[in-house]
Amino acid sequence: MQFFLNITLGGIATGMIVAAVALGLVLIFRATNIVNFAQGAMAMMTTYIAYAVLHKGSGYWLAFVVALATGLLFGALTQVVLIRPLQGKSPLNAIIVTFGFLIFLEGLAGAIWGSQTRTFPAPFSEAGQKIGNTQIAFSPFDVFVVLAVLALMILMLVLFRGTDLGLRMRAVAFAPETARLLGVRVRPLLTLGWALSAAAGVLAALLVVPTSSLTPNFMDVILIYGFTAAVVGGLDSPVGALVGGLATGLSLAYVGGYLGGSLEPMAALALVIVSLMIRPEGLFARPAPRRV
Amino acid sequence: MKRFSLHSARRRARLYATGVVACAVVGTMALTASGPANAASVSTPGVTATSISLGATEPLTGVAANYNDIAPAMKAVFAWANAHGGVNGRQINLTIDDDQYTPSITATMTHQLVLQNNIFADVGSLGTPTQLQVQPYLNGLKVPQLFILSGCNCWSSSKYPYSSGLQTPYTVDGKILGSYVAKNFSGEKVGYFTQDDEFGFDAIKGLNMEIKGSSVVSKQTYVASTAAYVAGLQSQVAALQASGAKVVVLAAIPPFVGLFATTAATLGYTPQLVIDGVAGDPSAIGAPAALTTPAPNGQALLNGAITEAGGAFEDQTSNPWVRVATKLLTKYDSEVAKNGITGDELTGFNLGYLVYQALKAAGKNLTRQGLLNAIAADGKNFANSGFVPYSYSSTVHFGFEGEQLYKMSATATPITLPTGTFMGVTPVGPVYYTSPGAGPVKVWHSAQDKVPASLSSTA
Amino acid sequence: MGELRKKAQGLAAKPWFRMPRQPMLRHLSYAAVAVVFLYFLTQKLSAFNDYEVGEIAFYVVALAGLTLLTGVNGQISLGHGGFMAVGGFTLALLVEHTKWNVVPELAIAIVTSALVGALIGIPATRLRGPYLAGMTLMVALGLPYLTNQYDSFFGGDQGLTTPQPIGPASINPEQWLAWIQLACALIVLILLGNLLRSRFGRSFRAVRDDEIAASLAGIHVARTKVIAFMVSAGCAGLAGALLALSAGGVNSAEFPLSISIYLLAGMVIGGTGSLMGVWWGAILIVYLPTSWAPSLANHFHVNSQVSANLAVIIFGLVLVVGMLVAPGGIQGALRWVAVRVGAYFSPDGVPNMKLSLQEAPTDRAVHDSESVTQADKPGV
Repeated sequence: MQFFLNITLGGIATGMIVAAVALGLVLIFRATNIVNFAQGAMAMMTTYIAYAVLHKGSGYWLAFVVALATGLLFGALTQVVLIRPLQGKSPLNAIIVTFGFLIFLEGLAGAIWGSQTRTFPAPFSEAGQKIGNTQIAFSPFDVFVVLAVLALMILMLVLFRGTDLGLRMRAVAFAPETARLLGVRVRPLLTLGWALSAAAGVLAALLVVPTSSLTPNFMDVILIYGFTAAVVGGLDSPVGALVGGLATGLSLAYVGGYLGGSLEPMAALALVIVSLMIRPEGLFARPAPRRV
Repeated sequence: MKRFSLHSARRRARLYATGVVACAVVGTMALTASGPANAASVSTPGVTATSISLGATEPLTGVAANYNDIAPAMKAVFAWANAHGGVNGRQINLTIDDDQYTPSITATMTHQLVLQNNIFADVGSLGTPTQLQVQPYLNGLKVPQLFILSGCNCWSSSKYPYSSGLQTPYTVDGKILGSYVAKNFSGEKVGYFTQDDEFGFDAIKGLNMEIKGSSVVSKQTYVASTAAYVAGLQSQVAALQASGAKVVVLAAIPPFVGLFATTAATLGYTPQLVIDGVAGDPSAIGAPAALTTPAPNGQALLNGAITEAGGAFEDQTSNPWVRVATKLLTKYDSEVAKNGITGDELTGFNLGYLVYQALKAAGKNLTRQGLLNAIAADGKNFANSGFVPYSYSSTVHFGFEGEQLYKMSATATPITLPTGTFMGVTPVGPVYYTSPGAGPVKVWHSAQDKVPASLSSTA
Repeated sequence: MGELRKKAQGLAAKPWFRMPRQPMLRHLSYAAVAVVFLYFLTQKLSAFNDYEVGEIAFYVVALAGLTLLTGVNGQISLGHGGFMAVGGFTLALLVEHTKWNVVPELAIAIVTSALVGALIGIPATRLRGPYLAGMTLMVALGLPYLTNQYDSFFGGDQGLTTPQPIGPASINPEQWLAWIQLACALIVLILLGNLLRSRFGRSFRAVRDDEIAASLAGIHVARTKVIAFMVSAGCAGLAGALLALSAGGVNSAEFPLSISIYLLAGMVIGGTGSLMGVWWGAILIVYLPTSWAPSLANHFHVNSQVSANLAVIIFGLVLVVGMLVAPGGIQGALRWVAVRVGAYFSPDGVPNMKLSLQEAPTDRAVHDSESVTQADKPGV
């Protein structure tokens, strides 16, 4: 029973981090209709910068803020330099460009910082808590993870559902020409979408790095799982991303716990295939007629 | 009419483009093509009156790139040898190729070393899957594949007489750790956490020879790729916890030992850790020196962990081998000059000096078979920085077969490196040695080899 | 000047040699020239260069399949290394358990990976760009785990050995292997070249350009996509089997994600959709990581950390810059130049290429287009 409880709690903590990545992907997809494969690598670069700030002797929270700010800037720059020229081209081009950017950044990080593993601290204790006589696998840091990701999701919901800005961002993503005709200034909105998404990616990276350690490719697999979560939930839905993240985290935990750790990546693949077979647009996406 | 001519222009354009492709293929070939082997070396490939050409494939990049400082240290030893007259009057040239720890690239690079660089021998190449990939090829051509940096049992086999390993076989690691566990934690429930490949399998073989099967309550594995990272090791560690194991033996690479400790801390699981020598260096695991809060990476659990090492740690500056290696490498390896010596560089030093001694013992009339004969005859007497002598003989192709046990300790003198300050270690008990076969684990009584005067006076 | 040009135009107006119009015949005559050329090339080169030529050949096979899938059919795969693994392991298992000749072994490797391709391709027909890209990426990451999970069958990390085929004693083994691999490459190029000119080829393109229009025109969209996926996966499987012959064995570490990335970059640099361009991509994949990047690093005296990552950085740059600046790749650029050079000598003077290339392909000569519509469609 304790085993079940522990792997469930572990699955929830993992799921929340996966959800943060998925939220970042959803944010860009909603804003610019592109899946950003470089999101993890961009966050990885930013985490190295946070690491440098930490080792300059600054506290954790300063590094945290610096990382988020750098992430915003990095996202905006990426959109302006790499993505803007692709407007109106086949979506395949954007996939190849963001994927190439991922490879490039990982090589660059390896060239600058080397490939050795670095440890990155957590802001709160990672030790599980005792409730009565049983120790449960949920640490103060896990609480922070859950709260941070929930906050991110609520912010996104408010942005898209409750503000004029969010509405305009969605209009720009799905009908840029119409939006332009209606007088929406398209370019800055797209840039903003990328900046926010990159920041969400950075948050995920900062939440996962205390457990996984810092290397140039530490975000690879979490990006894959984040993608799984986004597909399960529907690339268009923040709530879907959260639910998809939890579903992914728990599936991985149960498959790992009861069937063997080496099957986890296959479990994620199976989850994607099954959910696409049942509901190709994702669980929470509103079905949209395909544009001709 | 106009249409047609346009299209024929296009068709012709396509033909031109095809022609350019063909020319480019030829050009590329011509540029990278190399002439036939040096005529003087027909008798023994890679050996001339004044030079010996050696090759190594190493993971300079990729998942195992943390080992990329070993080969440069080996090369530095050759630079030292070359500066002092070479070996039997010949200069040693080492070509280091990057195989990214990917077997198919190892195959390409090894073909290149043999067919193009015309090497005399492949020395000190790293990795189990990578070197297994080229073992049939090298042995088929009778190219020595010496002192492989891997503890697989597969390097000492009569089927492949041209291969030999350097690292302590994982089965020996397992036996020595197993005998310690059987003696010091008898009656306790034991769990295994091992890598899901030859490394883990061989280690378990050794552990099972020493630890009673009935006391092993859980065996968990992981796949050595970053894919397992994110979900953490939650499922494996929770299963060990649920089994009630009080002692956990880890045959895992350094990042996974660190991750194991972190995960165990989250679960509030505090077993006694016993760690295979592959991850025996606290600096490689990233075990910090001071127990600070907030506590990263389960350092409390690592405090008190038992581990093993085949030789002195690089920070043990009173050890004469560490002293001479640091001195020599500071002169000939720019990386050491800049950042100080690491454990890997100490390994590379030892490796380079082993190759040097073997070539020297093979004599002036150097042949591949002569080199193998020299190692079989004299290998036991080659000086090394480890705690036990080499085991090389005509039948045994393993280098080290002994280990010193250590305890990681937050109160020991910390290991200070440019990358940070890490937990120190204190020796536990005597040095043990054994073979990967059925024999018992024995105590090695003699002291470490002395540093030869010829080395200490010129380093 | 005017004289020369007139003379040249006179020559161009009366071609001394005309390639056969029938596609199969034309492709065979290309191949015949290639066979003669490659025969002398492999004779001339050293053993190691022959080995490299063989490597180029199997990457040509894999890239041809990928470029068909992405450039012609508009589906993307970030995980073709996974299909290569299927082909490699199939060959190795056949070597282990049978005493067959290498030809049926290669054929079965193709069939097996095509079937696995169908398995992936069927759910993939419901997916559009980013979903499909992510899913194929997961295939590439996930498949090697299966070989670890069933290690007694797949030989674990040690893997299975695939000895190099030995030919007649007078031919050195590297040359013999290169011939086998080159023969496969040429056969694949001929067959794919014909396929593209067939009804299937046209429906591949129609589906890429507009699925709804294609289905209105009576094309079974899902079936077309699955067939494209199977053909592409079969090519990758053949390439993986040929790689296994070069490497001497297969194991789970042999087909890392980086192979899939290399293939994608090779496709982009050659020119997405161009069957001739794949040679460029294959040359890049073989020489960049093992030869060019190290020499470049040596030349500029960068430290080992930078040199170790140089190839990866260049591959990334190829993907990003290639897509942004020259989506037609090297082959597209060559064609651009060649068309202008050719037009200079044509009686009608310099044509308005932009217009003519965007015209709907109504004439046979355009349908013969070897490489697929790169110029028609800059966005892949």
